[in-house]
Amino acid sequence: MNAQNEPAQAPDLLYSEAEDDLRSAVRSLLADRADAPTVIAGIESDTPYDLRLWESLAAGIGAAGLLVPEKLGGQGATHREAAVVLEELGRSVAPAPYLTSAVVATEILLALDTQDGPVGELLGDLATGRKVAVLALPFATSATDAASTMTGTLDRTVTGVAEAAAADVLLVPTAEGLYVVGTATEGVHVEPLVPLDLTRPLAAVTLEGAAGTLLAPAERSAAAVARGLMTGAGLLASEQLGLAEWCLTETVRHTRERHQFNRPVGSFQSLKHRMAQLWLEVVSARAAARNAADALAAGSPDAPLAVAVAQAYCSGVAVHAAEECVQLHGGIGMTWEHPAHLYLKRAKADSIAYGTAGRHREAVAELVELPAP
Amino acid sequence: MSTAIDATEIRRRTQELLTAYPPASTGRTDFLKARFDAGLAWVHYPPGLGGLDAPRSLQPVVDAVLAAAQAPDNDPRRIGIGLGMAAPTILGYGTDEQKQRFLRPLWIGEEVWCQLFSEPGAGSDLAALGTRAVREETGDWVVDGQKVWTSSAHVARWAILIARTDPDVPKHRGISYFVCDMTDPGVEVRPLRQITGEAEFNEVFLTGVRIPDSRRLGPVGDGWKVAQTTLMNERVSIGGARIPREGGMIGTVAKTWRERPELRTHDLHQRLVTLWVEAEVARLTGERLRQQLVAGQPGPEGSGMKLAFARLNQEISGLEVELLGDEGLLYGDWTMSRPELVDFTGRDAGYRYLRSKGNSIEGGTSEVLLNIVAERVLGLPVEPRNDKDVAWKDLAR
Repeated sequence: MNAQNEPAQAPDLLYSEAEDDLRSAVRSLLADRADAPTVIAGIESDTPYDLRLWESLAAGIGAAGLLVPEKLGGQGATHREAAVVLEELGRSVAPAPYLTSAVVATEILLALDTQDGPVGELLGDLATGRKVAVLALPFATSATDAASTMTGTLDRTVTGVAEAAAADVLLVPTAEGLYVVGTATEGVHVEPLVPLDLTRPLAAVTLEGAAGTLLAPAERSAAAVARGLMTGAGLLASEQLGLAEWCLTETVRHTRERHQFNRPVGSFQSLKHRMAQLWLEVVSARAAARNAADALAAGSPDAPLAVAVAQAYCSGVAVHAAEECVQLHGGIGMTWEHPAHLYLKRAKADSIAYGTAGRHREAVAELVELPAP
Repeated sequence: MSTAIDATEIRRRTQELLTAYPPASTGRTDFLKARFDAGLAWVHYPPGLGGLDAPRSLQPVVDAVLAAAQAPDNDPRRIGIGLGMAAPTILGYGTDEQKQRFLRPLWIGEEVWCQLFSEPGAGSDLAALGTRAVREETGDWVVDGQKVWTSSAHVARWAILIARTDPDVPKHRGISYFVCDMTDPGVEVRPLRQITGEAEFNEVFLTGVRIPDSRRLGPVGDGWKVAQTTLMNERVSIGGARIPREGGMIGTVAKTWRERPELRTHDLHQRLVTLWVEAEVARLTGERLRQQLVAGQPGPEGSGMKLAFARLNQEISGLEVELLGDEGLLYGDWTMSRPELVDFTGRDAGYRYLRSKGNSIEGGTSEVLLNIVAERVLGLPVEPRNDKDVAWKDLAR
């Protein structure tokens, strides 16, 4: 595909009625179980994850199985629906291993092109939320790094693994291929780190003589890991969109109510222009994120470009929205009590996850043939 | 009327027109007149005025059949102000006599229209305009004042004009809307040379211009409300078309980048790819807006598209001049000319850089558009205003 080529079929950038219904269900669950005070109280406790929330989201609503075919125990839906779930999770910043397990690990297993034995069994467990699986690579790893991760033996220490503490199994790329290793297995140590984003815990994972099962040989595994990381990056754009939208909505609400100089601060042009600019970025991010989700759902050859464009764009929008949210809230935005900091930290961490915007711009340059000097 | 107007019926009528007036053997004007009289000019207009009271969505059906038959069109870009601004206002507020007189020659392109709205002292604050229309004993009007940024004034037969008819009431209330005869001896059109060297626009000086009361559109003092119809149609007409990937200015600079490796630097590469991504996202945002319109769920995104494209055009053309290096130091032609149309692609990078500076000013400055987004889309409070209840004549100028 070169720069001028684009799919003959225009992408569907809207939301279907079923997607709107799914959004309502997820939003009301998160409103019930993960309001800001609950999330703030949870992040410094020993159990940042609310297991009942995960059960309701994964099994109750069926969100964990959206990408998994029905015959394997999933919902047989697509990335478009999973993207809507992520928009809502971004809006609430509730800790839930959705992106890592229900999207990235699930997509990797699906891309192994075998549903016999342990792969199919694990997919069934992930689809219902009975198990959580994470890829044992640093959270910053991008799809373009996938091939270079297939090295070494099972014995290793991997740092910065997102949501490893919530995981029942790890997917571990080695020179031989992709292994699955249970976290309760002897020789597996998961050491929590202090993350910038407390709503998505990180851990250092050490494997010393742990037993695992080889799922696929190296070449096929590398392609599957690349597919999983690309899908993660593509759908992360929807999380960033939801996050940015929350920041804008809350900032507008606050500046309409907050009075200084005997008028709402939101009536000052310098603030209005900043929020209007942010609105433009959010509607643009929505188009980019929907385009990526639709391309992934359709298995379009345009998907790598759609994902790289979405990630190159939406990362910055989420960070900008969260930074504006803190600034335009004034002093309250700097407090621990107000949730703005959760969004800022999530946005900043997301801007590194699965490759920075800069990495994705490099991918764009390659895909559309705009080579560096 | 007994026949329901649907796609089949529209197609049948279009075929009928083509049979009665074969494009190959019919003069252009005759064909356009026949098309207008068959109600196939703008099908959503009323019968007798070029339409059939049909859904607007059927227009593309007519256009496709006529294009396939290689029928002549009315060169819509040349008469854009007439079609996009004057016609909907005449349809909405004109008398039967005015509609009969103006719409047919307007659509056929026999009579070009221009717009006399902006003034040197009334740009973003258009309602502060000072061109005076004074009523005579006969009931007719005499107009004095100066208008600016008027495209097509030098070729126009008619103008839509707003002028102050009552200086003693607050500014929005003392304005009336007229059709001005551009051949009146009191109308003087002077080219307004721009930073590009050419004169796309004009200044129009109005001195003792006589306008019969029969050429007033809408009630006396209601001109601001009438003008809203005109301006709303201006915004609808901007940014409606579908753009292919690399369809805008980014395509030109990307082509240069691919063909001229000797011009590449690391800094330019970073900026080019960032802008490429932003241009692609703006294109997708426009596409999403289009899909919302087709699905009957128009979103407020339209207000933002002009903001996005203005900034992108400016940054991309600025980058292009820099990329060209030595060649960027040159300029195609500073000779004063009066083009009828703006053509971004047919000119050099320097021209694009300079002309696109106008994109964040014309049709509502980016600053005003941000206010509109903030207030109408986000619901943020308006700034306190001190001009709402003050008579126009007492405003600071």
